[in-house]
Amino acid sequence: MTALVSLQSISHSFGKTRVLNDVSLDIAKRSYTVLLGPSGSGKTTLLSILGGFLNPDSGRVLIEGVDCTAVPPAKRPTATVFQDYALFPHMTIGNNVGFGLRMKGMAKVARHEQARAMLALVGLEGAFEKKPHQLSGGQRQRVALARALVVEPAVLLLDEPLGALDLKLRRQMQDELKAIQTRVGTAFVHVTHDQEEAMALADHVVVMNNGQIEDEGTAERVYARPATRFSAGFMGESTVFKAEVRGDGWADTELGRLKIAADVQQGSVVLAIRPEHVGLDGNIPAVVREIVYQGSFKRIMAVAKTDQNHILLLRTAADVALVVGQDIGLSFPADKLIVLKD
Amino acid sequence: MSMRLLSTGYAALVYGFVYLPVAVLILFSFQSTLFPIPPFNGPSLRWYGAVVSDARLTAGLGNSLLVALLSSLCATALGFFAAWGFARFRLPASALLRGLITLPLTVSYLIIGMGLLVVFTYLGLPKSLWAAGIGHVVINLPLCFAIIYSQMGDQQANIEKAARDLGAGEMQVLALVTAPMVWPALFASFFLSMTFSWDEFVIAFLLTRFDTTLPVEIWNLLRAGLNPKTNAVGSLVFGISVVFAILFELLALRKIAK
Repeated sequence: MTALVSLQSISHSFGKTRVLNDVSLDIAKRSYTVLLGPSGSGKTTLLSILGGFLNPDSGRVLIEGVDCTAVPPAKRPTATVFQDYALFPHMTIGNNVGFGLRMKGMAKVARHEQARAMLALVGLEGAFEKKPHQLSGGQRQRVALARALVVEPAVLLLDEPLGALDLKLRRQMQDELKAIQTRVGTAFVHVTHDQEEAMALADHVVVMNNGQIEDEGTAERVYARPATRFSAGFMGESTVFKAEVRGDGWADTELGRLKIAADVQQGSVVLAIRPEHVGLDGNIPAVVREIVYQGSFKRIMAVAKTDQNHILLLRTAADVALVVGQDIGLSFPADKLIVLKD
Repeated sequence: MSMRLLSTGYAALVYGFVYLPVAVLILFSFQSTLFPIPPFNGPSLRWYGAVVSDARLTAGLGNSLLVALLSSLCATALGFFAAWGFARFRLPASALLRGLITLPLTVSYLIIGMGLLVVFTYLGLPKSLWAAGIGHVVINLPLCFAIIYSQMGDQQANIEKAARDLGAGEMQVLALVTAPMVWPALFASFFLSMTFSWDEFVIAFLLTRFDTTLPVEIWNLLRAGLNPKTNAVGSLVFGISVVFAILFELLALRKIAK
């Protein structure tokens, strides 16, 4: 099966700054792809290239097998939801949503009908006659979504679509985005720097850093088995340490000798472990530094006895009694240790 | 108390200084006798009747309105395109070029009129209402550009981008998105241009010959000396200017301020 979208060896520079460095990415039909990375990682530039707002210095953009690298946005089977929504302030919501159909030459009655149907899909049946300034931020977001979806793009591009909303509304819109995507079946490509948002939405997470893809795969895979140190740090928290793997299923680490999965190659590696996998029943000596009560669990920051600067993160059940300064012995289960490319 | 009296008196003097000449002009336009000097006899519409039955004056009035309308439309359109160009594209020496567009605001109408007269003579273009109209575009374009450019922000650039993404061509973007977003600025430019073109004298005087505008006709009339007819036509000019100014305020300035 060929990919719906295929970005091939894309490189781009702004002046002397290289913002994308030989990036290749395939996007499948009906998938929800999230480009995740810090600002300056190149994720928004990649989205602009996909949308046709930017021509890459080199590389190709194939959409449905057609080379679209030099095709302007209007002629591409893509539609974009902008971060600031970019609704037409002088038009009614109905005309905003119907704009793309009007540009295709569709008659008024037909496009109003489709606009109404699309507004119903995003839960804004009653807003047809209103103007954008009469709507709340979350509602405008939905109008922007409806306006882009009504032209039936092959790929919908969303540039930090939830960035301007407050946290509670963001989580709510996030659920709605996912529901709408599942219903319409259009492939969504969504840019964000919020890893929680990425995990909640993505079938396919693409972690970007310094103009390159650090890691990509399902959210579960990227979280459980991150490929690189950056990816482990950006998708959730972890404790990272250096180790020397011996041939006998053991490794000598900064934190002492640890049992390790048998298939790890001999040599120097970097290991990581997620806080929820760290146990309190082991023999890695540590001291509790800070306890944060989070309701359903406690987030514990400890330091290694061997090195006061080495921070170890763990999570315990909410009812585990610990005090700051207490000596504890930690366990790192061998099957939960992640081997990273440094 | 005396402070208040003083400030009220001062205000009365200022407004009197500004408006008394116009008030006197309008008052004596209703004079029923032959001379626009005290004592006031009237009121009478005798001289307004004289204005309406003067073919030269009514022709001048029509010409003035036509020149004002066409030149203002032209100046607003050109100012809009120039503002859009400067706001949306990276141009070399953009600040310098913007300065050059607005510079004619500071140049006297006499100099602009002379310059155009020299150019038109050289090109063999006869003096006409068209020539005066072009002159009015030259004086109003900088103003239109400045007003419209001030209302074009980056946020709108993103909205235009959205329109292009949805399949709009460049002309459709301008007509359906850009212009409607800045329409208060377009109205403001248009009515301000109308006001300036409507009672402009120097350029019209230099660039027209047989068919001419109302201010030039009034000047012709004045050469024969003062009479209440000149007051009547002057009052008409003033009244129409006031209408343009009110339209400018109501339709445009308030929307821009919001």
